[in-house]
Amino acid sequence: MSTATASGPPRLDQKISHRADKSFATLATASGIFILVTLAFVAIFLTAESIPALTADTEELPGGNGFWAYAGPLLFGTIWASVLAMIVAVPLSIGIALFISHYAPRKLAEALGYVIDLLAAIPSVVYGLWGIAVFAPALVGFYQWLAENLSFIPFFAGPASSTGRTILTASLVLAIMILPIMTAFNRSAFLQTPRLHEEAALALGATRWEMIKMTVFPYARSSIIAGSMLGLGRALGETMAVAMVLSTSGGLVTFNLISSANPSTIAANIALQFPESSGLAINALVATGLVLFIVTFGVNFIARWIIGRRAEFSGAN
Amino acid sequence: MAKQIDVADLSIYYGSFRAVEDVSMTIEPKAVTALIGPSGCGKSTFLRTLNRMHEVIPGAYAEGTVEIDGINIYGPGVDPVGVRRNVGMVFQRPNPFPTMSVRDNVVAGQRLNGERTSKSELDDVAERSLRGANLWEEVKDRLDKPGSSLSGGQQQRLCIARAIAVEPQVVLMDEPCSALDPISTLAIEDLIEDLKSEYTIVIVTHNMQQAARVSDKTGFFNIEGTGKPGKLIEFDETQKMFSNPSNKETEDYISGRFG
Amino acid sequence: MTTSTRFPVPAAPERTIDVVQPSLPRAFTFGAMGFALVVGVGAYLLLGNYVAGGVGVFLGYLIPVYVASRVRESKRRATDRFWTIVMTAAFVIAVTPLISLLVTVVMEGAARFDVEFFTSDMRGVAGEGGGALHAIIGTFMITSLAAVISIPVGIMTGVYLVEYGRGPLARGVTFLVDVMTGIPSIVAGLFAFALFAFLVGPQYRSGFMGAIALTVLMIPTVVRATEEMLKLVPNELREASYALGVQKWRTITRVVIPTALAGIVTGVVLAIARVIGETAPLLLAAGFTSTVNWNPFEGRMTALPVYSYYQYVTPGFPPETGFERSWTAALVLVIIVLGLNLFARWVAVRFSPKKS
Repeated sequence: MSTATASGPPRLDQKISHRADKSFATLATASGIFILVTLAFVAIFLTAESIPALTADTEELPGGNGFWAYAGPLLFGTIWASVLAMIVAVPLSIGIALFISHYAPRKLAEALGYVIDLLAAIPSVVYGLWGIAVFAPALVGFYQWLAENLSFIPFFAGPASSTGRTILTASLVLAIMILPIMTAFNRSAFLQTPRLHEEAALALGATRWEMIKMTVFPYARSSIIAGSMLGLGRALGETMAVAMVLSTSGGLVTFNLISSANPSTIAANIALQFPESSGLAINALVATGLVLFIVTFGVNFIARWIIGRRAEFSGAN
Repeated sequence: MAKQIDVADLSIYYGSFRAVEDVSMTIEPKAVTALIGPSGCGKSTFLRTLNRMHEVIPGAYAEGTVEIDGINIYGPGVDPVGVRRNVGMVFQRPNPFPTMSVRDNVVAGQRLNGERTSKSELDDVAERSLRGANLWEEVKDRLDKPGSSLSGGQQQRLCIARAIAVEPQVVLMDEPCSALDPISTLAIEDLIEDLKSEYTIVIVTHNMQQAARVSDKTGFFNIEGTGKPGKLIEFDETQKMFSNPSNKETEDYISGRFG
Repeated sequence: MTTSTRFPVPAAPERTIDVVQPSLPRAFTFGAMGFALVVGVGAYLLLGNYVAGGVGVFLGYLIPVYVASRVRESKRRATDRFWTIVMTAAFVIAVTPLISLLVTVVMEGAARFDVEFFTSDMRGVAGEGGGALHAIIGTFMITSLAAVISIPVGIMTGVYLVEYGRGPLARGVTFLVDVMTGIPSIVAGLFAFALFAFLVGPQYRSGFMGAIALTVLMIPTVVRATEEMLKLVPNELREASYALGVQKWRTITRVVIPTALAGIVTGVVLAIARVIGETAPLLLAAGFTSTVNWNPFEGRMTALPVYSYYQYVTPGFPPETGFERSWTAALVLVIIVLGLNLFARWVAVRFSPKKS
């Protein structure tokens, strides 16, 4: 057979340069190391800028009572708003995911999922605008009714805010914003229920709801929890929607959901105070940011751990 | 072009586990050698050591020598990449590159290695290889269509064309027909019959009838039990192996008493 | 012949089996819907708020249907209907804010969706007129800078994790990428501030600083998308390339990545869509200004989301002019983000490796 290439294939023991191969491998590894370095930088620089606030005299910090008197209420507000959001979002996301996976007509299911995903694409500043201009005013009537009729419950002690821009409104906006990721998690878990189990339940004469209770929920439990934790992480860190919707006097700790005296969140506080602050006040803000980082890191860590455990489990299945 | 392969005392390890033990054989040039045996006996593992493909798995290594045309491919300073440019391989499932056209798939060996050849030379190579793989007539009007648009049997012949386009000295085939229908299998077996006039071919097959049909020499591998290494039990002319094997184990396998 | 059997077969019980069950007639469920609407409107008027109206519609449908089903059909069937109604309500509750938001943005944003908005900045404008040119340019520059850094680093890290990484370094990197996914956007902005406070001084604000913050947010998305797409490439393709004697790096760049390219591009486009709408980090890092700034390394640079925010909270006089500009900026943002999402989907569908 004639050789078409001039020199033919190399001899079996010919030396071949691996320099390009090694360079590429080094480049890839360097990218991985870049990630490590970046995250190390984040931790280091945040801490560095926080230390002046953590070590300063108590009078010099905003509020005049020391760092934790300043950050404590903000941490409370952050967690409180997120908890409220979760109370609404968790059942709602389960219901929506079930609707898409088991109740809606099959042809529509993918389109409906996409509609929910659209909620995630909308920038948070737009949610903030909508919250101020449409959502809060729409809730004013409801808050007034609560203040008039249920004020014996501490959550609803009046007076009701006239603008509707309360912590409850902000939490509801948060709930809407974290719905997509939780729904996506739940949806994929529900869709992965083995058909075999579902059919076995139906063959026993179960109704649709009974089949779901018997086969879908047990299978999806840890996915629901993991998705919820990821949603919680998002809610804790959300800034603009809260900063815009909340009308706050800052620094408050209160459980009143409907008045105009509201706690603020760490993220919203930073967004509102940073542009005009300087010196030690900025260090204090960075320090609160560090606290937020640690809290969200912890929540995300737990979520990933749950996902990791489930991955092993489903392999055995 | 076709070269003889001399294997001496080859053992193959995955980490500390010995998968194949002490294989020695001589593979004739311009002939087809078949390797048969029950699944898990190490015949595919052994085949992969002939082009050092087993090293793709982390922790796998081989001891012993494999000499192709007098050069020990496990000798010091021998680069596995160079070995693979001389010893081609066709896999169990057809795997044309999905983002490339039929023509690009055939000449992929040259182009991936960055060798500079003119377009007309590449077209010649493509036509020659496709003719050699008995695929030219079927695809000559579809050279620009994606490689994955062909049928299973055609895809496998495309992979064979791709392998012979770089003019290797040896062509290894790892159960090339097991994913194909009987008609395509027959086409490939006819092709192997043609190819052996130019190449050294080693084919692993779990189909004994296929081995009997296409090969000149056959090697029978067996394994004592799970966790034990595979061994070459018998290596002989195909005719003799199938009509009058020297070894009882061989005879049991061929007559279907196990495997 | 005796008929004694070893195991006496129990006699079949006397029971009539209801195979045909009565079902609620269609007319009833339609009637219930009408009833629900009446109840909803009544509750709204009576109690003076929308929540009452919504609850009224929901209960006005649920209770009659459940009770009727319980009476006429069976308890199990009634429970099933109950939950079906609940699930549907959940979906409606989720979709309503989305529709309300989109409708509001379009309606309010249309007012200033004019040429002047796109061709002028806010120099010297305190009320009427003005535009967002500087903000659009700012968003474009900051996002491009962030992309230029994030995309290569993100893709190469994905390549590292899938094709090379083994052992503790790889495990550490993949863990940290997960951590990075969870960083709140405002913390990314604080980081950029802290970094440059150290390098240059705490007064420094610039578009580049904003880009650094966005990079921290973009990289993990690109890494994950690349990783997932590379993992989908079947190993046999890599082996085919190795068996031809092709080196690993060429196998990756000429075979693996092209096969995964559609998915990687999709992931990159989605990462860009995510950071284009980010306000908080840019608020901190890039600041706010009224005029066009072409220099990303010096001086404050406004981005579109930040512009929208400031136009709403400091609208000037009369405030409606500011609000209108804010809504139009929001509309532009929504159009860009939805456009990018649709584009990403189109790429994913159109450019996946072809089958016959």
